[in-house]
Amino acid sequence: MQRLIKILKKPITSTFLAIIFGILVAGAILFFSGYSPIMAFNTLLKGIFSRPKYVLKVIEKSTPIILTGISVAFAFKTGLFNIGAEGQYIIGSVVAMMVGVSLRLPAIYQVPIIFFAGMLSGVIYGGLIGILKAKFGIHEVITGIMLNWIAFYLCNFVVDSQTFHKPSTMRSLSINDSGFTTLFYKWKISKEGIEYLRQNKWLSEVLLKTDINAGILLAVVVAIIVWFLLYKTSLGYSIRAVGNNAKAAEFAGIGVKRNIMAAMTISGAICGLAAAITITGVSPHAIYKLSMFENIGFNGLFVALIARTSPIGCILSGLFFGALNYGGNALQMDLGIPSEIISITMGSVLFFVALSGVVPMVANKLAKRREKNVE
Amino acid sequence: MKISSEYAVQMKNITKNFGDCRALDDVSIEIKKGTIHAVLGENGAGKTTLMNILYGLYQADEGEVYINGKRINMKNPNIAIENKIGMVHQHFMLVENFTVSQNIILGKEVVSCCGILDMKKAKEEIDKIVEKYGLKVDKDAKIADISVGMQQRVEILKTLYRGADILILDEPTAVLTPQEIKDLIEIMHRLIADGKTIIIITHKLKEIKASSDACTIIRRGKYIDTVDVKNITQTELADKMVGRNVKLVVEKTPAKPGKVIFEVEDLTVTSKVHKGINALKGLSLKIRKGEILGVAGVDGNGQKELVEAITCLSKVSSGVIKINGNKIQNTKPKNVIKNKISTIHEDRQKRGLVLDFSVAENVILERYKEYPYSKAGILNYGEINKFAKEIISEYDVRPEDCVNMQIRELSGGNQQKVIIGREIANDPDLLIAVQPTRGLDVGAIEYVHKILVEQRDKGKAVLLISLELDEILSLADRIAVIYDGKIVGEFLQEEVNENTVGLLMAGGKI
Repeated sequence: MQRLIKILKKPITSTFLAIIFGILVAGAILFFSGYSPIMAFNTLLKGIFSRPKYVLKVIEKSTPIILTGISVAFAFKTGLFNIGAEGQYIIGSVVAMMVGVSLRLPAIYQVPIIFFAGMLSGVIYGGLIGILKAKFGIHEVITGIMLNWIAFYLCNFVVDSQTFHKPSTMRSLSINDSGFTTLFYKWKISKEGIEYLRQNKWLSEVLLKTDINAGILLAVVVAIIVWFLLYKTSLGYSIRAVGNNAKAAEFAGIGVKRNIMAAMTISGAICGLAAAITITGVSPHAIYKLSMFENIGFNGLFVALIARTSPIGCILSGLFFGALNYGGNALQMDLGIPSEIISITMGSVLFFVALSGVVPMVANKLAKRREKNVE
Repeated sequence: MKISSEYAVQMKNITKNFGDCRALDDVSIEIKKGTIHAVLGENGAGKTTLMNILYGLYQADEGEVYINGKRINMKNPNIAIENKIGMVHQHFMLVENFTVSQNIILGKEVVSCCGILDMKKAKEEIDKIVEKYGLKVDKDAKIADISVGMQQRVEILKTLYRGADILILDEPTAVLTPQEIKDLIEIMHRLIADGKTIIIITHKLKEIKASSDACTIIRRGKYIDTVDVKNITQTELADKMVGRNVKLVVEKTPAKPGKVIFEVEDLTVTSKVHKGINALKGLSLKIRKGEILGVAGVDGNGQKELVEAITCLSKVSSGVIKINGNKIQNTKPKNVIKNKISTIHEDRQKRGLVLDFSVAENVILERYKEYPYSKAGILNYGEINKFAKEIISEYDVRPEDCVNMQIRELSGGNQQKVIIGREIANDPDLLIAVQPTRGLDVGAIEYVHKILVEQRDKGKAVLLISLELDEILSLADRIAVIYDGKIVGEFLQEEVNENTVGLLMAGGKI
C-alpha cells in the first residue's frame, strides 16, 4: 500500500494512467460505433510491431515530432507557448529544400550547409517571435499563429514557383542527392548493393522500403543536449528562472528580454533542425503544397505536453505519437476504421494528462485513509 | 463547556486538517454576548481558520458550533449570515468601480416592483445605520477613490446592513494609520454598547489591550488559554502566544553614523496606476554609514515607487540616486546589485524567490554566472550546494536538510531567512528592507530585526521601509515620514513619538 501511494505520486505514473484512459475512451467509442476494440487494438499493435519495416517507419515518422516536441518543451521552460513551431518547421523545410536544390556540392559540404540553412531559418523565424515578445510585449501565440500562416503560404508560393516546382505534381523538386542522409543511399542503388539486397530479404525490406536515417540518433542527442543546457548551464538556469518567475529574475538582475529571445531562438533552431533532417533523410526530399503538410509543428505541442515538457520525455512521447499515427493507417486499411480515431485517442490522452493533477490527490486520500485505519 | 444562550458563540472541540497538516486541534472557544473578544496567535497559528469555520467558509472535521446556545451546522456563509454573523476579511471584498452604497447593498439589494433597484430607499436604510454608530462615509464615492480606512468602514457597514449581531474582524488594523486605529476602536465600543458582539483576530498586543475584554490565545493549532485582558500585561500575552520569553523591544546600542553613502535628490516618478500623476514628487533622503533610516508611511504614499526607482525596476522622470558617488538611476537592476545595493523585497514570493526552484538554486539567483558557481557557462552544483548549506546553517533555516527541497515547501519565515542570507552574502553597502517582517511570526521578526541591527553595527547603511509604525519606531535610528510622494518630516529616534509620526503620516502638520 505504502509503495502504491509512492508510485501514484510520481508524475510519470499520471502520464501512463492518462495514456491508458485515453486508449480506453477510444475503445469505448469504437465499441459504440460497432467495431471491436480488441481487434482494433490488435491490428494497431500489428501495424506498429509486426514487421521491422513498420518499426523503422514509426521511428522515421517520430523523429521530426520528437524534435518539434523538444522545441516546444524548451520554450515552455521560459514560460513561452511556442505555437509557432509549425511555422518554424515549415520555413526550415522550405529553405532546406531551396538550398538543397540550388547547390550541388560534395556531400561533406552539401549536408552541413542544408542543415545550417534549415536551422538558421528556424532561428530567424523563432527569434522574430522572441524579439516581438521581448521588445514590444506582443503575445507569442498571436505572432506565432500569424507567422504560421505566412509560412504556410510562402511554402505554397515556393512549391508553385517556376524554379522549384516539379511539373505535374503537388510538390517541389527533390534536393540534389549529395544532400541525402538516408543510410547507405549510394550503396542501395549501386550494382553490388542491388545484387546483395536481392539475396537478403530482411535487409532489403529494411533498407529499400524505408528511409532509414540517423535522424533519430540526432534527436536523442538533441534531447540530451537540451536537458544539459537547461539543468547544468548558467544559460539554462537563467531561462528557467525567467520562465518560473520573471519578476524575481528581473529583480535579481537577470535579463528577462534577453532570455526570452535566447529561448525562442534555440526553440526555432530545433524546429529548423527537424525540418532539415526530414528533407535530407526522407524521400521524396521535397516539400508539398500546404494541404499535405503533416502538422509536424502542431503535433510537437502534443508531444511536449504529454512529456510534461521534459526533453527526455519527448523522445518517448514522440515515439508513442508516431506509432499511433503510423499504426492508425493499418486500422483504416485492414478494418475500415476511420483513422480519425487516432486523433480522438491523442485528444483524450492529452485531456487526461491535463487532468493528471488528480492522481497525486487520490494518492493523498489513500494515504490519509491508511493513517486513519492505523489509528 | 456548558451550552448556554449567555454566549453569542461557542465552538466546541474543533479539529480541522488541511491534507497532512493539522490546522486546528481540539480548540474550544466561548464568546460572551456584548463583548469584544480577541483571538490572538502567531501567523499560521490557526486563528483565521477557526473564524472561517465559524463563518462557514470551511467545515470543521470534528467539533460543534453553537450560536446563542443553539447548535448550528455551518455548512456555508449563507447559514452564518442567517444567524446574524458578519465577517470583515483582511483583504476587503469590495467592487472597486462601484460606489459605497452600491457595495453595501450588494447581495441584498432593495427592489421595488419588477426587480427595479430602489437606490433611494437603500440609501435611507444605510443612513440609519450610519447615524446609529457614527460610521461616517461618503455614500456616493467610488471605492477606488476612498482610503483604506474608509473601505474598512464600508465592509463593517455591509455586515451591519445585513443585520449582523456578531462581527468577526480579521486583522482589522493591519493597513490602518494610528489615528484610524483609534477611530476603529471607538466604533467597536459603540457597537458593543448597542449589544453587538465582536470577535477580533489579531497578533497586535497593543490593540488587544486597548480594545478587548477577553482574549483567547491559540498556538500552532492548539488552544492555550483564555484571559481577562484587564489583568494581563502585553509581555505576558506575547509569552503565551509564542510559548517562550520574547523581547518586544529591539536591543541595540546607539548608532555611530559615518559619512553619507547613499543619496536620493529631488526624485520624481510618474505613477503607474493613476495616469498623469506623479507618485514621487521631489523626494530627497540621505543615509549614512552605520545607521538605519526608517521610512514610515501609510501604504500607497510612494513607498513602492521609491523602491522600484532605487532598484531600477522603473524609470525616474527627474532626480538623482547616488551610491558611493555613482549615479544609478535609470540603469538596470544588475547595475544596482553591482553597486552594492541589496534589497529584501516586500513581496518575497513574487520578487524574491523562484518558488519552483530548490533552496540551492534560489541562493545563486543573483550570482549564478559568477565563479565558482559557474565556470565557462556550466553550473557547479557542488559549490552551489555548499553555499546554500552555509546560508542554511548561518541563518538557521529549517528544516536543516532543505538544500534540494523546493523553496515553496518552506514556511514564510524560513523563506525570508534564505533571502536575507542571500542578500547579506552580497556584502551590500546599502541594505534595503521593505516590510521585512510582513507575515512573519514573533520569533522570526525578532531574528530579522537582530540581523538588520547587525548590518548597521558592521558600518553598513540600512533603509527600512515599513507600514508597521512600531517596527520603524523601535528599529530605526533616524525616521523619515513619507506622505503623498514626499518626505514630510525627519527625526532622530529619540526625539519623536508615535503621535507626531502618526499625524504626519495622515497628512497633518505639526
